[in-house]
Amino acid sequence: MYKSNDLILRTTTSIIVFILLGFSIYLLLAGHNSPGGGFIGGLITASAIMLLYISYGSETIEKILPINYRLLVPIGLLLALGTGIGSFFFSVPFLSHTYGYFHIPFFGELELATAMLFDTGVYITVLGVTLTIILSISKDQ
Amino acid sequence: MTEIMLITALVLFGVAGALTLVRIVIGPSLPDRIIALDMIGVILVSVVAVISVLLNTKAFLEVILILAILAFISTIAFSRYMERGVVIERNRHK
Repeated sequence: MYKSNDLILRTTTSIIVFILLGFSIYLLLAGHNSPGGGFIGGLITASAIMLLYISYGSETIEKILPINYRLLVPIGLLLALGTGIGSFFFSVPFLSHTYGYFHIPFFGELELATAMLFDTGVYITVLGVTLTIILSISKDQ
Repeated sequence: MTEIMLITALVLFGVAGALTLVRIVIGPSLPDRIIALDMIGVILVSVVAVISVLLNTKAFLEVILILAILAFISTIAFSRYMERGVVIERNRHK
């Protein structure tokens, strides 16, 4: 097999992947007040990692990102369930969410909601499921 | 006046999309169809931008970036499949 020469693809990928990861974090954080949320943020992160897999090959990426994506699914589901169970400690119904205003240095006044934790669980679960599906059907012999 | 111009632009994008669809249907080889699909992605990005100006909303600006990203990744995956036969290789330097 000839030696691969895809310099343009690799250079373009290493620029675009950082834009994609930043955009996915933006979508995750902006989901409360504008379009976005955990689902589409997880999908965009999965497509960024997918782009890395396409352009660098699976052995290299498994060395750089040694994450078992099957493990991300129960972690995300436990996080989403934990935000539901946490409402029992305050004697309110299941999956009750609350919010508050906090003063954080350098950022100033912020409105933090516990729905963000649930959204993070959705994000991690979608990321794990998508990458598990793609990587398990795309392995060559 | 601006509305008429935007609707004219939408009609022209529709004509361009129809011509690209003809290329997808009759395209003799696989690369013709892949380039035409990529061009449909670009046309869709432009159409979403014009529609978001027409509806006077900022809610569709994420759609533009996501469509451009997905068109890029799908074109890369298709061309990698044509070149090597697999989309994700096990090792690049074999």
